[in-house]
Amino acid sequence: MPNLKDLKNRINSVKSTRKITQAMQMVAAAKLRRAEEQAEAARPYAERFNAVMSELAQSVGDSDSAPKLLSGTGSDQTHLLVVMTAERGLCGGFNSSIVKLARYQANKLIAAGKTVKILTVGKKGREQLRRDLGDHLIGHVDLSDVKRLGYADAQRIAEDVLSRFDAGEFDVAKIYYSVFESVISQKPTEKQIIPATFDAPEGEADDASTVYDYEPGEEEILADLLPRGVATQIFSALLENAASEQGARMSAMDNATRNAGDMIERLTIEFNRTRQAVITNELIEIISGAEAL
Amino acid sequence: MADTMQFDLVSPERRLLSGQAKAVRIPGADGDMTAMPDHAPTVTTLRPGVLTVEMDGGEEKFAVTGGFAQISAEGTTVLAEEALPLGEVTSEFLSERVAKAEKARDEAEGDAIDSAAKLVSDLVAMGDEIGIPASSRAPAP
Repeated sequence: MPNLKDLKNRINSVKSTRKITQAMQMVAAAKLRRAEEQAEAARPYAERFNAVMSELAQSVGDSDSAPKLLSGTGSDQTHLLVVMTAERGLCGGFNSSIVKLARYQANKLIAAGKTVKILTVGKKGREQLRRDLGDHLIGHVDLSDVKRLGYADAQRIAEDVLSRFDAGEFDVAKIYYSVFESVISQKPTEKQIIPATFDAPEGEADDASTVYDYEPGEEEILADLLPRGVATQIFSALLENAASEQGARMSAMDNATRNAGDMIERLTIEFNRTRQAVITNELIEIISGAEAL
Repeated sequence: MADTMQFDLVSPERRLLSGQAKAVRIPGADGDMTAMPDHAPTVTTLRPGVLTVEMDGGEEKFAVTGGFAQISAEGTTVLAEEALPLGEVTSEFLSERVAKAEKARDEAEGDAIDSAAKLVSDLVAMGDEIGIPASSRAPAP
């Protein structure tokens, strides 16, 4: 028969676990709201930026003098994968699903005979990738002391990526992050940042007829803006990722809280049964003792 | 002719201003320009400087450190890398930017030296314009 005291201890420990997961869920909910607001605030910039860039890219894109950031180096031998994950765990499958996608693509590229280099952002992704792709890791960006993501953080990563590109370390760069769809759904995504691709804005097809004057020239502007485009794309990916992380953590902690509740219920039933059995036993002992007299 | 146009000032982190403007003075890379309603469609990059927006309620001024502006007949959008209302610009903020630009200038090679030097002088000129001349700036951290 299980010991009553042990059962009591277990119930208490599960109860305190539930308190922790509940608190984490509420913290994640508050942070999620902030992260969503931030992502929302950053959207107008990214949208406008993409709109202008896709127009510019169209008009300059085909000429021979187009910057390398746009047209590529002419080869696709070396790939840089920028894998963005969280700094903390306890957020369900968030980190694993990004890593899984990145690992799948990396293995595919390796199998095709390409050279793969991996730059990790966020501690959790590096830990998971180090196991089987450790030789391909070339760098790591630590964001653990960043309290509130700023554009400067994205710029730091972009500068790192761009200086490697200028040094000829890779031909194609892709970022891996999670798109925030809803609290229960975050989609791991791959996006190519070098050579640059720009999603044409929706519903502005009729605007395409507007011919803009460019000051200074188109190519100067493009050369100035392309590096910023890399930073902008990294920034929006970071924000999406932050919102996804909090969303994933919130639903993971919600599940954990519910599971803890179920467990407490089961343990309480067992505890009461055991207690009754002990009482019944004692009564039987008393009665049979009295009868023996 | 409409006497106002839609004007948006956005930075990567937030939207700073959105509303109807009569005229916008933009510190373009090749010189200042003023955008008014029905301006010819133009895209220009920005140099560090002061952006002035004339609205019905009066003027609003912002310090921008770079980015670009898209002007079309319907409206003007300024996408600034960093933008601050003029009153919020501190001498520390400016010193930090100048120090960074000076460092870039000292490390630059070839053609890049000129543009890096221009960035420094633009920043210093912006400081003079908003009343934080180099002499009164706090030392860079």
